[in-house]
Amino acid sequence: MDKMPKWADVILTPLISLVLAMGISALVILAIGESPWVALTTMVEGALGSSYGWGFTLYYATNFIFTGLAVAVAYHASLFNIGGEGQAAMGGLGVALVLLNIPLPHWALALPVAMVGAALFGAAWAFIPAILQAKRGSHIVITTIMFNFIAAALLNYVLVNKLRPVGSMDPASARFPESTNLPALTDLFASIGIEWGRNTPANITFFLALAACLLVWVLIWRTRLGFEIRALGKSEPGAVYAGINPVRITVIAMLISGGLAGLMAINNVMGESERLVLNAVEGAGFIGIAVALMGRNHPLGILLAALLFGFLYQGGGELALWTTIPRELIVVIQALVILLTGALDNMVRVPLERLFLSRRRTGGAKG
Amino acid sequence: MNIKDSFIAIIVLAICLVWALADGTAAQQGIGSALRLMTPLLLACLAGLYSERAGVFDIGLEGKMLMAAFTSASVAFLTGSAWLGLAAGIAGALVLSLVHGLASITFKGNQLISGVAINFLASGLTVLVGQNAFGLGGRTPSLTGAGRFNPITLPFADTLRDVPVLGPIYSGLISGHTILVYVAFALVPLTWWVLFRTRFGLRLRAVGENPASVDTSGVSVTRLRYAAVAICGVLTGIAGAYLATALSAGFVKEMTAGRGFIALAALIFAKWRPWQALFATFLFGLLEAIANLYPDLDLGFVTVPSMFMNALPYILTVVILAGFVGRAVPPRAGGEPYVKER
Repeated sequence: MDKMPKWADVILTPLISLVLAMGISALVILAIGESPWVALTTMVEGALGSSYGWGFTLYYATNFIFTGLAVAVAYHASLFNIGGEGQAAMGGLGVALVLLNIPLPHWALALPVAMVGAALFGAAWAFIPAILQAKRGSHIVITTIMFNFIAAALLNYVLVNKLRPVGSMDPASARFPESTNLPALTDLFASIGIEWGRNTPANITFFLALAACLLVWVLIWRTRLGFEIRALGKSEPGAVYAGINPVRITVIAMLISGGLAGLMAINNVMGESERLVLNAVEGAGFIGIAVALMGRNHPLGILLAALLFGFLYQGGGELALWTTIPRELIVVIQALVILLTGALDNMVRVPLERLFLSRRRTGGAKG
Repeated sequence: MNIKDSFIAIIVLAICLVWALADGTAAQQGIGSALRLMTPLLLACLAGLYSERAGVFDIGLEGKMLMAAFTSASVAFLTGSAWLGLAAGIAGALVLSLVHGLASITFKGNQLISGVAINFLASGLTVLVGQNAFGLGGRTPSLTGAGRFNPITLPFADTLRDVPVLGPIYSGLISGHTILVYVAFALVPLTWWVLFRTRFGLRLRAVGENPASVDTSGVSVTRLRYAAVAICGVLTGIAGAYLATALSAGFVKEMTAGRGFIALAALIFAKWRPWQALFATFLFGLLEAIANLYPDLDLGFVTVPSMFMNALPYILTVVILAGFVGRAVPPRAGGEPYVKER
């Protein structure tokens, strides 16, 4: 066997990529005349140094868990779903339509209904690219990109012309009924007498995200459907030979993917803004790509990568507040992570493989 | 060229004709605006054409244009010369092209992921460096005078103005654009000639369809693909410079606003062919101009909101991709890194 051990593949390569991305970012910060050390300590202090920082970090991480899982499920079927942004935006529309039109007396009742709305709308937005890929061979990367733009235009139209309350200038829907507001994590802590994360948007959707991680793990590695998805992803002719219907699996994988992306809306639309605003997703759909790549498409990896990006996102906001470094630094780090873990993967992996190979050879010679 | 291939051209000309008959002055203004708006799309579309015909998919057109817009506006502001700005724009886009080439040719990585990364890299770096250099929240200071490409009046434009029909078309539509608009249009026949009438073009197309056969005949697949990616960089560089130093007067954060993706859509619409690319980008330029001029277009029986016009290029591309109106088949080896047999 001339491959490196599994732990090196799963843990070492993403870590090296991350260190490289951080290193290049540090050089960029140096180049614009700032101190990388100050930047790092500001970010750590701002994102992890207080329960306030953690409240935001966990809130962002919740978004990224959903979009990361969405990318990962499609990726296991060897489909690159760039449409998380649009699917999450449509999920928000689903949440808004449900909460504004169905009277729901309590959040515990509103939550499952809104989840159905979010997942259905997200899945529906993934359905057309999926069926076109499966039946007509239209490249899913291009169609999902196009659907992101179509979703943005559609939401713009709906918010300006349909959902905007009379007399409001703001392209946003009316506030959702008070009774449907989700409990924030700070309320949960307060109920057991701990003061934690006042005025932060982290809410109980975080636990839903953790549950989603577990469910996706069960789905991919412990069910027949998950096996079929992975089989199709590894080899379509092989899957067909094994009696798997590629059209069916492609569509199902994309529906699950779109549904997961749509569920993000429970966190940002129902949990945080409590109304539907323009551009509510704020790029979280794209960060899901970085999260899934970094997490090696495994729910545990995605959870950790989402926490990392949550930290970066909140830390980036703090950077912009306290230093002259704009928060776009995070976009650069995100780009470098995507580039190094996704596209320049071989640059990191091949030398590492050689290293392990040569070590094994010399080890063998000694023994 | 058969009737099916000239489908887009006929639609575009029909729109122009109907518009001109309905409201002559508005049509002249609108079509002129469409020509200016389609120029970056056309340049980026031709850029993608070279790259994808050589088998390297590029969804990073947007990022390269954005980077070029920023470097060109910065250098044009600092030196006061639009031409030096153009050179800087080309250099900026070429750097990102090199990254894309390294990822997708040398390291045989995923070309789509590399493209996504390049878009984010440009989006972040332009603001990061711009804020640091100019402190205007990611904008560059406004360009004036020679820092911009200014409209040029073609010869006899004024004397021919009063000739019926042809006069307004020549002096009102064709004359009075910046040099880069004419460059973009001249690149269409040039691209056609390079791709279909030169040895380089034949090899470039072959490397996108069947790289192994090119390799067998002793031509370097790597070198050809790098050449294509570099041409793509130069053209997106011109496109970005046009946006920042001709269409507007300086760089604004995220100023490409999805144009790289519309160019990608036009490329699919044109089925990876240069003349069709001209008409596809013209169509999308017209849609943008119409959406700008008539925010709520009243067609009598239905009112079309501007959001629908803005989304129309994407919707049309999905329809084309679905294969209901002619089938768009990409170059066969597109997206696949070439691995030499051992």
